[in-house]
Amino acid sequence: MMSANRESLLKDLTPEIEKTSKSWYLVFGIFLVMFALGIYGLILQIDKGHIVTGMRDNVVWGVYIVNFIFFMGLSYAGALISGTLHLFKTPWRAPVIRIAELITVISLAIGPFFIFFCVGRLDRLPYILAFPRIQSPIVWDVIAILTDVFGAAIFLYVSFIEDFAILRDTDSLQISPWKKKMYKILALGYQGTEKQRRILSFSRNVMAAIIIAIAIIVYSVLAWIFGVTLRPGWHSTIFGPYFVIAAVFSGVGLLIILMAIFRKIYGLEKYITLKHFVNLGIILFIIAAFFGYFTFSDYLTKWYGSVKMDKILIDKLFTEFEFYFIFANYIGILTPIFIIAIPRLRTIRNITMAAVIALVALWVNRYIIIVPTLETPFLPIQDIRQDWLRYSPTWVEWSLTAAGVAVFGMLFMIISKIAPIISISEMEEAAEKNDQETSNTAYHE
Amino acid sequence: MKKKKEESSSRRRFIRNFGLGLGSAAVVGTAAIARETAEPESGEKIRLLSSDGKLVEVDKSAIKVAKARTKEEIEKSHKGLPGKKFVMVIDLAKCKNARKCVDACQEGHMLPRDHEWMKIYLMQDSEEASKYWFPRPCYHCDSPLCVSVCPVGATYKREDGIVLVDNKRCIGCKFCMTACPYSARVFNWKDPEVEVPKDHVYDPELNIPAVEGTVGKCVFCADKLRINELPRCVKACPMGVIYFGDVMEDAVTNGTETLRFSTLMKDKHGYRYMEELGTMPNVFYLPPVNRMYPVESGYEGLDQSVLDSYHPQDFLKDKKK
Repeated sequence: MMSANRESLLKDLTPEIEKTSKSWYLVFGIFLVMFALGIYGLILQIDKGHIVTGMRDNVVWGVYIVNFIFFMGLSYAGALISGTLHLFKTPWRAPVIRIAELITVISLAIGPFFIFFCVGRLDRLPYILAFPRIQSPIVWDVIAILTDVFGAAIFLYVSFIEDFAILRDTDSLQISPWKKKMYKILALGYQGTEKQRRILSFSRNVMAAIIIAIAIIVYSVLAWIFGVTLRPGWHSTIFGPYFVIAAVFSGVGLLIILMAIFRKIYGLEKYITLKHFVNLGIILFIIAAFFGYFTFSDYLTKWYGSVKMDKILIDKLFTEFEFYFIFANYIGILTPIFIIAIPRLRTIRNITMAAVIALVALWVNRYIIIVPTLETPFLPIQDIRQDWLRYSPTWVEWSLTAAGVAVFGMLFMIISKIAPIISISEMEEAAEKNDQETSNTAYHE
Repeated sequence: MKKKKEESSSRRRFIRNFGLGLGSAAVVGTAAIARETAEPESGEKIRLLSSDGKLVEVDKSAIKVAKARTKEEIEKSHKGLPGKKFVMVIDLAKCKNARKCVDACQEGHMLPRDHEWMKIYLMQDSEEASKYWFPRPCYHCDSPLCVSVCPVGATYKREDGIVLVDNKRCIGCKFCMTACPYSARVFNWKDPEVEVPKDHVYDPELNIPAVEGTVGKCVFCADKLRINELPRCVKACPMGVIYFGDVMEDAVTNGTETLRFSTLMKDKHGYRYMEELGTMPNVFYLPPVNRMYPVESGYEGLDQSVLDSYHPQDFLKDKKK
């Protein structure tokens, strides 16, 4: 017998699975074009060599690596937000937890492609598995990311099982038979018995704990790729935790943005409310404060001292990269802090705006960590052609960046048509608890 | 007088060791290799003079005429030349940016333009000090970060101190380029379009042909060392700036004079660039004191593009205007 609660949930959340609007196809088409352009750029790059990018012998890593770190960082949304919210049984998590988990898996699937684009000989990529040298931080990264991808995928899937079972058992759904069949297979015969519930709940708790740990390892290892080199600006002990904080920052930012988008286009105003934006905003506030603190202490020590290379780097950041620096490290950090700190400013629109600024600023922050350092080698950049002196990304790099964003969007759009973007089972559970406690923490404000 | 005698005797010893008969080395070398492949012995013995002056007897079947190195031999060369530890000394007092070393290197390794293994920097240690020319090959560090960070073992350190890149293994991740503090590595951003004979076997010691999407760098002319010749840059330098030798023999030569390495280091206060990084380079510099040429003489006859590159800041300012 279906409860009244489930009925209303299904009524609100399943229409997106049942039918697809024209605008969905339109947006998907735009993403497809972006993706195709990226593929064209990639083919050109493989055919002509990396000469088609802006990278040269000094700046050997450019926008690709920035995107790589950036996308890997986004995956923290799931790892930390859904992981910790799940473990600590935060009462308001139910409507946002699935979006967070999806961000994790999708960004983890996209991130590594950017390091592939940066590799000169894609055909030899299997060599990393065939002749790995454990001394190399890249091999640490391969191990860590592979573990993370599988871990996050399992965590996501486990959280989907109950919903698949619900969709399988709901006969009123207007969906094609193949979809019905798919739910049947994906639900793995879940019937909601006491034993099954216990196993599922146990697996979810274990996976939540594991992916939090793996996520921290992955991002630290990523930071150490830079930290282990002797380069000014990279050779820093703070890099591991600094990168982890940055990752959480971007993850929360993206979660807020996607919440706003899905709330609007899928009509989820009833479920995703101001309360969620404020709560996540407060998390963003705290992370922004930490991130600002790390950034400040990293640059302060470099600026205050008199080490020649650090001085050259800081001079470069404060002159040539001045606007990037101000945007990334002042505006990007202070805006979310300012908006969340003043209760009057805490509207959904403002918080979303703050998240957008934080996210873009973080990308720029990654850019000014990578490029200026590479433009500051120990030996001066000399005896080299003039047009090879400075790095500026070419359209090939931008097209592949856009393709990454497009794939992210497309995967999100496809999954939102397969399963509800808000977890039905989580919502039910939350509602049950609410009834039991008869508390006032309602989801309808 | 005594010193001179010592010098000349050491030179003789060096030349003897360094320039030992090519033929006998090749024959004995291949004999040793052939023995491992275990062909049936013919019973007929042949007497040969080995490189250390001993008369040795080997089976006739073990002797083969030396030819281009096979794949197996090349793989063995990953270990390096036994009992050697190569070192380079660059006398900054003599360098005038004649760029003959660069040209010889480019030609010898069939390197395309914009892909130079040897670079000449115009250095100035402080504002009060004068500028000087600073040739920079790969330093073949004893604690090479590039080797540590390579994920596939494409770059490796040999027993004789040489660091090589196997461009058949290199995946082009460029991590070594960011790890090297001396910018010694260059990337093949496009197809170098090198034409090689059909039977050419790729050997990391020579590194021809370069492969698009892989990393290249100075190889200390390991192919020349194998046949007891000096690296191309050493031979090409008209000023005798670059000395090359073996630490085990404590001797370095620039082709015309041979010196005791340890004495040279002490007398002329040899140093390594950025010793504080702890990478332990095998390239030493002699300070640019009592200079033989004014710095400006290095500007003579340079291409405008190369000339511009020594003042990148000024150049960029002009461009903005």
